[in-house]
Order: sequence, then structure tokens, then C-alpha cells
Amino acid sequence: MDLRTPIKNARGLGSAKNGVTHWWLQRVTAVALVPLVIWFAFSLASNAGGNHAEVTAWIASPLTAGLFILLIGTVFFHAQLGLQVVIEDYVHGKVAQLACLLAVKFLAFILAVTGILAVLRIALGG
Amino acid sequence: MEQQDRPLSPHLQVYRPQLTSVMSISHRVCGVALSVGSLLLIYWLSAAAAGPEAFSRAQGMLGGFFGQIILFLFTYALFYHLCNGVRHLYWDSGNGLEIDAVYRTGYIVIGVSIALTLLVWILAYATGGGA
Repeated sequence: MDLRTPIKNARGLGSAKNGVTHWWLQRVTAVALVPLVIWFAFSLASNAGGNHAEVTAWIASPLTAGLFILLIGTVFFHAQLGLQVVIEDYVHGKVAQLACLLAVKFLAFILAVTGILAVLRIALGG
Repeated sequence: MEQQDRPLSPHLQVYRPQLTSVMSISHRVCGVALSVGSLLLIYWLSAAAAGPEAFSRAQGMLGGFFGQIILFLFTYALFYHLCNGVRHLYWDSGNGLEIDAVYRTGYIVIGVSIALTLLVWILAYATGGGA
């Protein structure tokens, strides 16, 4: 006899109540990051050696600024998902784990906002 | 409840390090290192946004001997995590899970990540980005 109600199977959300959302978002951001990171590494390598005027002119171009913003957003979203798993694996104790998780999530958000604002300030000449 | 002296499953350190296990934990270590290293990107962008003085301080720090070593290691961690991430996506499709395929893709990941790292640094020095 199956004691589970059919709706549990229909929803497919499992005991963690979020199904494969975390796993799936980790993969989606990973796929997005493949071209973004390759662009970032090679583009940065050929542009980062300039002086302030040259580097800011490069960042300010709409394509570069746009890709930088997408990269920063995706990187920190992907990073906090990954760090969450690491913390859940290695940090034991409810309070310590929750504290670490909140710290990582908040920090990722702060860094992403800071980075995006820096790019916007360069791009819009604030 | 009375504690019983039950046999424990073998601890990790009794196993000889293998390509599979070392690459697996390296993926995670690189991911954590990259998260920490992303601070450098945000610092560098903020310095560029702040103005020429802050930017030249940041360039001096990152372009110095020590800074370049950190950036080189960061580049390798980035490409290792990228290539091994693609390997994980390939596994997620249900392919390449036979042990010989796992070893073959493992060596490919190491080779490609080294090649991409060297390419980026050759490009950086060729265009003056490294100096």
C-alpha cells in the first residue's frame, strides 16, 4: 500500500520541497557561463593592460558593459548555488549552517550589485 | 542509548588518490577559490569606476609579481572549473560514465584547461595586458 498521496508524485517536489530547482538552475547558469567566461578571459587579457582611459572606454562600450553585467549576475548566482552545497555538506549544526548560508547569499548579492553598479557608472559616465 | 563498537566505513585517507577522486574534489576547491577570487574582479571594476588614481593602484597591485601569480592561478582554476563543468554537463546527459571514458575526458579536461590558460597569458603578454 502506498501511503503517499498522488499529488506528491504529481508535483514531484520531494522531501526538500523544491524538486530539482537548485540542480537545474546550477546547470542553466553553468551553460550560460561557458561562452561568457571564455569571452571574459580572452577579452580581459587583451584589454586589461591599458591605462584608465583605455580600460574604461573598453568597458563603456555597450556590448562589453552588457556582457560584464550578464557575467557578474550569472557568476554570483552560480557561485552562491555552489557554495550553498559546499556549506550544506561540510558545516554541521543548524545555527552555524544557517549563518554561513545567509552570509554567503548576502555577500554574493552585495558583490554582484557593487560590480554591476561599477560597470554602469563607467558605461554611463556617472 | 549504548554506543556500540561497530565497524566504520573506510575513511577517505586510506584510499590511494586517483585521477577521478582528485579531479572531483579539485572541481569543488576551484569553485570555492573562484568565488573568493571574484572579489578581485569587483575590486578592479570598482577601482576603474572610482577614477585614474584608484585604478592605477589596483593595476599596480594586480600587475605586480605577486598579483600576477594569483591571477595566473585564478586563470587556471577558472578554466579547470569551466572544462570540468562541461564534463559534468556531458555526464548529466547520461553519457561518458564508463570508467575508461571518465579517465579519457579527465585527461582532456586537464590538457584543454592548461592550453586555454597558456593561450590567455600569451595573449595578455602579446597585447601588453600582462606587463
